[in-house]
Amino acid sequence: MQSRLPILIFAVLMAAIPFVPGMPPFWIVLLDNIGLTALVAMGLVLLTGVGGLTSFGQAAFVGFGAYTTALLTTAYGLSPWLTLPLSLVVSGLLAVLLGLVTVRLSGHYLPLGTLAWGLGLFYLFSKLEFLGRNDGISAIPPLSVGSFRMLDPGSIYFAIWVAVILSALVTMNLLDSRTGRAIRALRRGHVAAEAFGVHTPRAKLLVFIHAAVLAGLSGWLYAHLQRAVNPTPFGAQAGIEYLFIAVVGGAGYVWGGVLGAAIVVILKEVLQSYLPLILPGSGQVETIVFGIMLVALLQLAPGGVWPWLMSLLPERTGGKKPDTSLKLEARPRSPGQSGVLLQVEKARKQFGGVVAVNNVSFDVHAREIVALIGPNGAGKSTTFNLITGVLSATSGSISVLGKKVDRAPPQEIVKLGISRTFQHVKLVPDMTVLENVAIGAHLRGHSGPLASMLRLDRADEAKLLAEAARQIERVGLPDQMHQLAGSLSLGQQRIVEIARALCVDPMLLLLDEPAAGLRHMEKQQLAKLLRDLRDGGMSVLLVEHDMGFVMNLADRIVVLDFGTKIAEGTPATIKTNPEVIKAYLGVAA
Amino acid sequence: MNTTIMLFLLQDGITNGAIYALLGLALVLVFAVTRVILIPQGEFVTYGALTYASLASGQMPGTAKLALAMGIGACAFDLFAARKALHGRLIVRSVLANIVLPAIVLALTIYFAAQKPPVAVCIALSLVIVAMIGLYLYRIAFQPLAHTSVLVLLIASVGVHLALQGLGLLFFGAEGQRGPAVLSGAFSAGSLRFTGQSLTVYGITIAFIVGLWLFFGLTLYGKALRATAVNRLGARLAGIRTTLSGQIAFLLASVIGALSGIMIVPITTLYYDSGFLIGLKGFVAAIIGGLVSYPLTAVAALFVGIVEAFSSFYASNYKEVIVFMLLIPVLLLRSLAAPAVEEEKD
Repeated sequence: MQSRLPILIFAVLMAAIPFVPGMPPFWIVLLDNIGLTALVAMGLVLLTGVGGLTSFGQAAFVGFGAYTTALLTTAYGLSPWLTLPLSLVVSGLLAVLLGLVTVRLSGHYLPLGTLAWGLGLFYLFSKLEFLGRNDGISAIPPLSVGSFRMLDPGSIYFAIWVAVILSALVTMNLLDSRTGRAIRALRRGHVAAEAFGVHTPRAKLLVFIHAAVLAGLSGWLYAHLQRAVNPTPFGAQAGIEYLFIAVVGGAGYVWGGVLGAAIVVILKEVLQSYLPLILPGSGQVETIVFGIMLVALLQLAPGGVWPWLMSLLPERTGGKKPDTSLKLEARPRSPGQSGVLLQVEKARKQFGGVVAVNNVSFDVHAREIVALIGPNGAGKSTTFNLITGVLSATSGSISVLGKKVDRAPPQEIVKLGISRTFQHVKLVPDMTVLENVAIGAHLRGHSGPLASMLRLDRADEAKLLAEAARQIERVGLPDQMHQLAGSLSLGQQRIVEIARALCVDPMLLLLDEPAAGLRHMEKQQLAKLLRDLRDGGMSVLLVEHDMGFVMNLADRIVVLDFGTKIAEGTPATIKTNPEVIKAYLGVAA
Repeated sequence: MNTTIMLFLLQDGITNGAIYALLGLALVLVFAVTRVILIPQGEFVTYGALTYASLASGQMPGTAKLALAMGIGACAFDLFAARKALHGRLIVRSVLANIVLPAIVLALTIYFAAQKPPVAVCIALSLVIVAMIGLYLYRIAFQPLAHTSVLVLLIASVGVHLALQGLGLLFFGAEGQRGPAVLSGAFSAGSLRFTGQSLTVYGITIAFIVGLWLFFGLTLYGKALRATAVNRLGARLAGIRTTLSGQIAFLLASVIGALSGIMIVPITTLYYDSGFLIGLKGFVAAIIGGLVSYPLTAVAALFVGIVEAFSSFYASNYKEVIVFMLLIPVLLLRSLAAPAVEEEKD
């Protein structure tokens, strides 16, 4: 858990600023603007920097917030405090609508899609009669508490910065939670997260809504600060500007959003007020200089200013070890987990004309280690993907505990107690080992995003982290618990993946080349761990190339070659099987 | 609505659509090769158009000076990047390409601007000037960022757009300009009137599409560019200079942009900031084409042009809303048709 002390100091400082004698009122205006911008940028940090969803359309959500309160307070005479939840709800609902359409877009369609509706909505604001077309809406009432009316920038300052600091806290709380880990895993692709039950489209929609609501809040404050709205500040240019504020500050860091807002707002102000003194008479020089400085800044610090500043601070050493005495409830087991756990029947997978898996049948029983071996390209990983629901079989069937699961998505497979690791490690490199492993326990936690934001999830969270810590100790990496996953060696990362899979509390563990990249001693430890797991009642299905490792470990071996099963049996029979020898070594001379 | 109006709108739509197609092609090209979403594409359009219009009316365009200034900058970047292994040939080559060339063009521009040059000279000078700006732009702004994420490149692209648009105001003022027709004259077929200008637009668009197709299909440089687009690292290992690919992409994009501008400016008045919106419509087409397919982008661009023409007739107030909202159903269809596949991200 991050320390809250710096935030408290920051809050006190911000609260003190207006009381500094001789503070120019102009600075307060500037700080108001920074706060408004920071709110939107913070949402973008979560959306773009953390979630990997680039949006140009945030200005439109600011517009929704601003126009909602403008319309309701002027035309219907509602109190601004009543329109606050309404503004947020309108932004949030429209985010759901636009999000449902856009968050499913992959890769570069997404930013372009948001740019498109950002532009479209801007023109809509400026054409609709009841929103006052290009003139907008004016004479919006100020915020007031009792008889205190926030008429000047100095008084609304507090409302703005309370909103900024609360939003930052809520956003940081969200990131440091079960839901937050799911969000942070989004940027690295969806396969790994989904394998542990994360509903990725839902997680994406969630960050989308969060960012939109923050933007709507900024819009609501903006409307009551300016006391008038018109379409200009909600156009595509503004949407682009919010995005680069987030990037300049350091997309991925909540405070980077605030810092970026400060840098950009102040830079623009300075350029606007001082450049004409240096280069008099020429119009938009500040835009030119601003654009050039932006490119220069990116060339100097492509990761943003906040992480660059943080790297100057002394490195903080490790986090606190979770209290491992807390027990997480075991995954509910269905009866009859003694016979056949997994049955693959004539599974076939074709990619166009290529038959990757050709009518393969085998099964895995309870308390058994089965190895799937075969030369490269034999269809082993594809078989794994079929079992775990990443791919669906062209024909044939796969049953778990006698129930067919052919079309089930990965999230459903993991609920049945089947968890896996990946041939190409899929960890989130900028999360700690502990956090990565805790993703494995995703389905065993219950706290939702709202509970996380308000810190009502702590009991649940402590249990999840305790379970993660236990599994890390079990696989023998307790010293690396608080290191970033990306800093580990590839072999260790594979072990972390095993710990993550164990967090599911599985009945069947699917391991894709777990021993690759391990040293001899580490392989022996791994073999011991797997035997212990089997003796504890778990089954293991593993793909592996290290024959020594497999032959000493597996109870049964299934051999694939060019997608077809060519042999099955105990290690002893496989070793002498002529078909297998032919597949591996070619025909004996 | 009668057939005449419909045919007229259709013709108008196709003319605009052809321009969007060119811009869309350029965007796809640059994105595929460099991963830069080229927001300043619109500035290439206005620079080309307004340089041409200024020259034609006997004014000195500021873009020629900008080209020289950027060339000096590019040369400085070149020399700084190679500071550890400077040698004579490299210095000479960089100075020739980045300083001597724009200086010569500047001299020619000053010479011709004073005497209202013929249309062909105006076109040639405008194209060369904008082409150099595009080339140096890549060297200064994007080459140092080539290894960063698409997002950072995008933001840099925004910065460049702001700077270039500001410079556009400086060079050409807030007044709109129009240029002389590239090809004057017109003829009628039935109730339709074809101007030489619109025929030029069609001709050049088709020529460019065929040209790009031949370039990418048949030439070694074209194939190198395609290889870079598919896999940067792989292309480098195969000995392709990816910076060269980036330069070629920017060169082509700026020439296409400038040419589009020169073709539009006789038809509609352009302002220093008109390019952004025109470029964005090319963008819409490029997105519909999925940022990868040239023929699909061209077809989509014609579609965008036609939709725009019709909506400006029926609901002129909502013209832009309709064009940009058009994307949403397209994007939706695309995502439904192609379920998201795992992307290995850096």
